Amino acid sequence: MDTIEFAREIRSRTLEMVYNAKASHIGGAFSMADILAVLYGSVLKIDPAEPKAADRDRFILSKGHACTSLYSTLAIKGFFDIDLLDTYSKDGSFFMAHTSHKVPGVELSTGSLGHAMPVACGMALAAKRKSEKQHIYVLVSDGELDEGSNWEAILFAAHHHLNNLTCIVDYNKIQSLGRVDDVIQLDPLKDKFVSFNWDVVEVDGHDHDQLLASFNNKTLTDKPRCIIAHTIKGKGVDFMQDDLKWHYQSPSADQYSAAQKQL
Amino acid sequence: MRTAFISHLVERARVNPKIFLVVGDLGYSVVEPFANLFPDRFLNAGIAEQNMTGIAAGLAMEGYTVFTYSIANFPTLRCMEQIRYDICYHNLDVKIVSVGGGYAYGSLGASHHATEDIGMMRTIPNLIVSAPGDPVETRAVLDSLLSTSSPAYLRLGKAGEPVIHANEIILPVGKSVRVLSGRNTAVLTTGAMLQHSLTTIQKNNYDFSLYSFPFVKPLDLERLAEISSNYSTVITIEEHQKSGGFGSAILEGFNDLLEAGVISKLPTVRRIATPDIFTYTAGSQEYLRKTLDLTF
Ligand SMILES: [Mg+2]
Repeated sequence: MDTIEFAREIRSRTLEMVYNAKASHIGGAFSMADILAVLYGSVLKIDPAEPKAADRDRFILSKGHACTSLYSTLAIKGFFDIDLLDTYSKDGSFFMAHTSHKVPGVELSTGSLGHAMPVACGMALAAKRKSEKQHIYVLVSDGELDEGSNWEAILFAAHHHLNNLTCIVDYNKIQSLGRVDDVIQLDPLKDKFVSFNWDVVEVDGHDHDQLLASFNNKTLTDKPRCIIAHTIKGKGVDFMQDDLKWHYQSPSADQYSAAQKQL
Repeated sequence: MRTAFISHLVERARVNPKIFLVVGDLGYSVVEPFANLFPDRFLNAGIAEQNMTGIAAGLAMEGYTVFTYSIANFPTLRCMEQIRYDICYHNLDVKIVSVGGGYAYGSLGASHHATEDIGMMRTIPNLIVSAPGDPVETRAVLDSLLSTSSPAYLRLGKAGEPVIHANEIILPVGKSVRVLSGRNTAVLTTGAMLQHSLTTIQKNNYDFSLYSFPFVKPLDLERLAEISSNYSTVITIEEHQKSGGFGSAILEGFNDLLEAGVISKLPTVRRIATPDIFTYTAGSQEYLRKTLDLTF
């Protein structure tokens, strides 16, 4: 399966989960689907048969509310039986509505924002101290960059030359109560990371070639890397795109069919 | 206690290559021996306790036994959610060490008074809560915390507390220790109130028993059952707010024993603790204990 098909499948499974569970957060799950497809399809050194292998690359989803597309990704990759996705958000299921480390392939439970970057710094530092080669990837949302804990970690990672750490910002320009520009402005975001001594690249977060190139471009600097992925919330379904409503709303039966058709 | 902690940690780190110490830019003239001996297992995370605690979680996930070290409320309240969610929810091998429990840094003011930490920490699942009473207990507690991969909170006093226990002791997680035997009343202390309690009893020739509880969680319920059968009056004393602290834990313990039918009556418990107030004046630890009437 190429990454385009992978991303389509992620979105389709995600839609199904959100629809069946009458859940939220589909917009943010769709905005990062291409990033996940490229990472899990072409970049990460991981083995679903050995999810805890010591030398695996680590991927942490910081924006835990968008877990549906990560669960879909892991299911498609074969970390667990794909039918288990049907239990999403149901009583007694490990598939909670925020990322759970009880799900095979998930490194860290997340759901409270601003937690993953520090943990990823610890993982990256451990790899450095033990001279291990794995790479640590963290996917953060734009809105969660309001959290000061991220900036503590961003400062730390550069000081300690954690060039085995990559932070991807899913910059979909919308956060919980409004547009990022109206709530707490992040721009110029690239300049912020650059001034914190990170290597920064900006890409179209739905362009797989650009994403792949940015992941593979391991220019040999001693800086941590930030990939600012410009994305569209709800990407893939026209009536969900760039609309705050789809941070919360669950599709109706008609909307579900229309969305599946588009995907 | 601070000195006992760091020198004992150094000894254990010599033989245990997993021990990793992360400090929050504090520990001048204390942590250097560790940093010099084990530079690969030492980190100054800077003045950023949320990040320090998250980093500790990440290091623990990669196989280290991590100690975070700072003073007063900084490694605890400042990063409470990282403790709860990153460390305890994932049940990671991180030991959170705070120097300056209670009013140890009395004159530094309320910012440096750690008087709500026990109450907050003991509500978090998976977390052991410990507060040794002297250097001997500090070494014993450190050893017992190293014997488990559970997350733990280690509340220390400062430097220079007198040695209470004549010999080294062994303190399995959740165990208390009897310091004095008397007939009338059982005094239960945690942390650095041990010395004050001992002195008070001896100076006044009280016929009291004295127990040190270096573990507030898990609590030594066997000991409480034994105490309730021997004494009708119990005093708890701590440098902490009355609400939710050590005395509260003891009350809950007695109540749970009664409910479970292990004991048949409740002793009268007099709780000596800070009465739900802050202090707004300068003052040494001794002065604050006196003005807050933390004595019996
Ligand atoms: Mg957003």
